[in-house]
Amino acid sequence: MHEMGIVIHLAKTLDELADEKHITKIGSVTLSVGEVSGIVNDLFIDAWNYFRQKHPVLYDAEMRIEVVKAVTHCDGCGKNYETLKYGKICPHCGSSETWLIEGNGCVIKEIEAETDDDVAGDQ
Amino acid sequence: MKIIELKETITASNDRDAEVLRNRLADSKCLLINLMASPGAGKTTLLERTIKDLNGRYRIGIIEADIDSDVDARRLSLLGVKAVQAHTDGMCHMDAGMTKTALEELGFDDLDLIFLENVGNLICPAEFDTGAGRNVMILSVPEGDDKPLKYPLMFTKSDVLLITKIDTKSVFDFDFDKCRERAKKLNPDITIFEVSAKTGEGMEAWLEWLTGQTDQWI
Repeated sequence: MHEMGIVIHLAKTLDELADEKHITKIGSVTLSVGEVSGIVNDLFIDAWNYFRQKHPVLYDAEMRIEVVKAVTHCDGCGKNYETLKYGKICPHCGSSETWLIEGNGCVIKEIEAETDDDVAGDQ
Repeated sequence: MKIIELKETITASNDRDAEVLRNRLADSKCLLINLMASPGAGKTTLLERTIKDLNGRYRIGIIEADIDSDVDARRLSLLGVKAVQAHTDGMCHMDAGMTKTALEELGFDDLDLIFLENVGNLICPAEFDTGAGRNVMILSVPEGDDKPLKYPLMFTKSDVLLITKIDTKSVFDFDFDKCRERAKKLNPDITIFEVSAKTGEGMEAWLEWLTGQTDQWI
């Protein structure tokens, strides 16, 4: 149930933002999800689609996920490589002195939203 | 519709709630310790032993977080400490909001030290800040020395690693040096203790750390 927990927090973050920016409706949410963030994208979208129906502001919000490649740096030879392909061992020199430098995060990149101002402008 | 750029982490609202809670606890001079481990690592047993060994030195409260049941809270309330059971309603971790609700139920104005026994799980509890002042994780000998390799975030987020059940080391192939090296590589600042809540071996160093932290806080 890891994905559902994250969805609940995401919805709360968006609710706060909606209050702050007078957002009446969110049309889409774009997340940048790292390849090794531990989030299973399909499960995450299922959880989102279930949860958004309970939230008037999020009801129509489509979830878009952009995958961020995971990159590991090797202290042994100083080169970077693709984490998913090679894991912990550097493909250039065979060292295990390696560190993940990117790809374990999950960030809300942007949202498409309608605010009070938009509605007033349309009238 | 317009596009609003955010670049905010997904748990931003929880991080803010946690910071507010941490400040509130600091104001009332109460140290909250978030205790994390897998199911069966011996969190409740370690707490029982720790509370007995502290021998009334602090006013202690316990929050027991489980998906269901109150067996742990009842077990600990027998020791004369204030205990509440927080149900996570199926969620695999405690977050700042749930911790706040549980703390308010417990009441912390008259307490010095509170242990939050998080849901037994080495993954999600590490991702959600509870508002605790210190994070402590338990790894028991039967679980194996390879856990830092498998659950790195938990080791990265913890201030203390307690290797427990060391009275069983003769029957398991647990390499203490390897485990220390792996944990330190992930988190050079982590403090590591080896203890047995059953025999009391190693408890002294852990208690010294704990009383040092609590005295600083209260």
